[in-house]
Amino acid sequence: MSTILILLFLLLIVGVLYQLAKVNELASVLKEGAQQDDKATQIDSANQANYLVVFIASFFVFAIWVAAKYVDKLLPVAASEHGGKIDQLFNITLIVITLVFIVTHIALAYFAWKYKYDPNRKATFQAHDSKLEMIWTVVPTIVLTGMIIYGLGLWNEILYPEKDNAVKLELYAQQFAWTARYAGTDGTLGDFNYRLTDDTKNPLALDISKNTKANDDLIINDEFHLPKGKEVFFNFRSRDIIHSAYMPHFRAQMNCVPGQTTQFGFKPIYTTEEMRKITNNPKFEYQLLCNKICGGSHYNMGMIIVIDEPADYAKWVAEQTKTKTFQTLSGATKTPEAKKEMANL
Amino acid sequence: MDTNFNPNRVENAAETAIHIPKKSLVDTQDLHDEHHDGHDDHEHHEETFITKYIFSIDHKMISKQFLITAIVMGVIAMMMSILFRLQLAWPKDSFPILQTFLGDKWAPDGVLKPEFYLALVTIHGTIMVFFVLTGGLSGTFSNLLIPLQIGARDMASGFLNMLSFWFFFLSSVIMVASFFVESGPASAGWTIYPPLSALPQGISGSGLGMTMWLVSMAIFVVSSLIGSLNYIVTVLNLRTRGMSMTRLPLTIWTFLVTAILGVLSFPVLFAGILLLIFDRSLGTSFYLSDIFIGGQALEQTGGSPILFEHLFWFLGHPEVYIVLLPALGITSEVISTNSRKPIFGYRAMITSILGIGFLSFIVWGHHMFITGMSPFLGSVFTFTTLLIAIPSAVKVFNYLTTLYKGNVRFTPAMLFSIGLLSFFISGGVTGLILGDSALDINVHDTYFVVAHFHIVMGSAAIFGMFAGVYHWFPKMFGRMLNKKLGYVHFWATFISAYGVFYPMHFLGMSGVPRRYYELTNFAMFDNVTDINVMVTYFAIFGASAQIIFLFNFFYSAKRGQVATENPWESNTLEWTTPVEHIHGNWPGAIPEVYRWPYDYSNPHHEADFVSQITPLTEKEIAAGDTH
Repeated sequence: MSTILILLFLLLIVGVLYQLAKVNELASVLKEGAQQDDKATQIDSANQANYLVVFIASFFVFAIWVAAKYVDKLLPVAASEHGGKIDQLFNITLIVITLVFIVTHIALAYFAWKYKYDPNRKATFQAHDSKLEMIWTVVPTIVLTGMIIYGLGLWNEILYPEKDNAVKLELYAQQFAWTARYAGTDGTLGDFNYRLTDDTKNPLALDISKNTKANDDLIINDEFHLPKGKEVFFNFRSRDIIHSAYMPHFRAQMNCVPGQTTQFGFKPIYTTEEMRKITNNPKFEYQLLCNKICGGSHYNMGMIIVIDEPADYAKWVAEQTKTKTFQTLSGATKTPEAKKEMANL
Repeated sequence: MDTNFNPNRVENAAETAIHIPKKSLVDTQDLHDEHHDGHDDHEHHEETFITKYIFSIDHKMISKQFLITAIVMGVIAMMMSILFRLQLAWPKDSFPILQTFLGDKWAPDGVLKPEFYLALVTIHGTIMVFFVLTGGLSGTFSNLLIPLQIGARDMASGFLNMLSFWFFFLSSVIMVASFFVESGPASAGWTIYPPLSALPQGISGSGLGMTMWLVSMAIFVVSSLIGSLNYIVTVLNLRTRGMSMTRLPLTIWTFLVTAILGVLSFPVLFAGILLLIFDRSLGTSFYLSDIFIGGQALEQTGGSPILFEHLFWFLGHPEVYIVLLPALGITSEVISTNSRKPIFGYRAMITSILGIGFLSFIVWGHHMFITGMSPFLGSVFTFTTLLIAIPSAVKVFNYLTTLYKGNVRFTPAMLFSIGLLSFFISGGVTGLILGDSALDINVHDTYFVVAHFHIVMGSAAIFGMFAGVYHWFPKMFGRMLNKKLGYVHFWATFISAYGVFYPMHFLGMSGVPRRYYELTNFAMFDNVTDINVMVTYFAIFGASAQIIFLFNFFYSAKRGQVATENPWESNTLEWTTPVEHIHGNWPGAIPEVYRWPYDYSNPHHEADFVSQITPLTEKEIAAGDTH
């Protein structure tokens, strides 16, 4: 495809150069040896006006060609409940702005071409027109008001998700890896203190000195699972640099900021298996990406997300609970205070 | 250019004008007239090469210094973009050219290293935004046009003007020099968010390279402030008689508003930078908190990197308009002149400029929708952001209507202005997607953003700059740029700009994050990697096309067709000055202004342009057509 493009492209250049050479020829014939003038002549204006029309027409064709070529290769249907609504607003906005783009560009090309320079004509002296100006102030205002109301309604719906009955987990970012931590059997994410960070023994800096809520937390490094049809509520945390948890298939993104916890929630609506059928791609995987520049291997910082049917998800959790709780992972390395507390329980 | 500066001579020193209240401007002019006979003496005061070309205080020379520095910086930044475009299109391939340029350290075996890819992206952005489109655009055209178009002999302070350029030059040198330090230049993105920019443990570019970036930018802010204050004072105080604010060309209006935006927002960046320097060097924790990096927990707690983002974008968003407004001002002038028609809705244009200037200060949060800030705050910023579309739409419709029933002369400058208008529309409309917080969730920090701002701010402002260069080249160098080369340059640049940036929207809509060194690690991007190949071809083509411009620029400056006094048959005051540059701009008294600058094709006059210094005719006064 790119070969064809390059060829087209070279043809275009040759065409432009040829035309320019011809203009030069014409101009010199007409002027009969008159000195070349670097102001624009009537011939220049006529030619350039034609090129402008041709360019804008070709740009429309190019725009449609690129759009048609890639429309099936963009992100597939949204895999979260709010994602569909975002896509709907996106499409409506896209239609509005495409219309504006087409109409204004046609006007631009047409006016410039139609009123190209003619030394025997004088432009119409018209400095303003209050009625016209009123129209093109009020119409955009009305359209924008509609878009603001629609957009903000959706924004508030997305940013205040259901929290109480949601699956709670934390995504922990560090250079250049993600770790998922599930709340475990007590349904609460345990405390943390960044000073306890220890790459081998306690990579998430969990703190059991005050209470032991962290002990049953699941720590998942390879790929993390979520149930279909259930609210999921994320906390985001970073060890070092600002990262950003971007889950494009779910139309979800939130920054991970060192020193504070950020939040986002959504409800997955297609399992990984279902999405493989929808996209007709047996290897399809949901992907978590880092989307805030975080260092040399920023481009390499991802994690696979698996959406299961609720029953499969429960099975997966039970499986993980056997080996991946904080308590088992940290094993013999409990602090003396924690041991004492465990004894007290 | 042929005269020398001698502060003892009243008529030469622009500074004298500032001591004289505006009402007594007549007196100044009398003084000038009195001394005018002595003008020929100037040859007696030999001007050295240094005072004429290097430490010049003549605004016309300073403007050329800004322009040429910006061109050099622009070429550097453009070449960087080609280097990283090669990497993006063919990530695994080896390019001997990379090894030649960057050596074994940054491109072993001709393959760019990820850290250096980020360094290239960072410095490309920094140079383009600050050194080309802020310093270059405002510095060149505010300096050239403010005194010439308002009827002043020079800037309010020629000395500060000179300082402004030399601070700019110094900061450019430091920025480029940061490429040669051992640990590499700043690599945290042009927005230099901490903690990445604060911690060399995070990326090696945050060592000495980042220090140099910060020092360079601090000096740049000084340059910008000195320049802006000078522009504001000059526009407000040194207008010639009759040049009321509503008779100013729109160029001057945009330069004035730009300067005000700069004065109000750059100090905030300066403060932000200063605090970052403290965090880096003195162990304070303005932006750092709870960080474990490089195997150890940092002591700093209680700070927030989000504070930096607020400070940065409080400058960063007005900065977009600092870049764009002068380009729009130049376009207003070029479109009106070459359509042979008054700019449509002059007062609406001024209102829009002021509206955009005001709104630009209350929208910065739209860069931060997903930083975890309060959703309510996000709503407020969405509201103010989408409001900016209204004055912007008004401007677009006014430009289109200016063409309507005009008599359009397609000079290269006019073509670049038409190109700007096209970019302003096609880049502006995607702003409605990014500015809408709900939609921003999914396209934030993706290539959709890259496409948007490269079209609306990058390409549009660069085209404004080109339009300005083609239009005012006769005023700067006394010669014309070759028009045929101008046409080829325009079409090649226009085609490649859209070829580069339009397809990037689709990368963004596929979820491709920006600042990714390569996409091969994620199967989900396999479908769209060929977009990157297409984009790179266009980028190489577009960059090559700039050679045409460079040749035309330097060749025509020496050998071009000699310009006449008013080659474009324009109304504004700069075209009443002689082609040869003289210190003080007008050989005689400063002309008085009797009308607005847009009397093109005025039915009361036979010619299709009426200079601002033409007194109103009785017919016009009788008809009440007194703009």
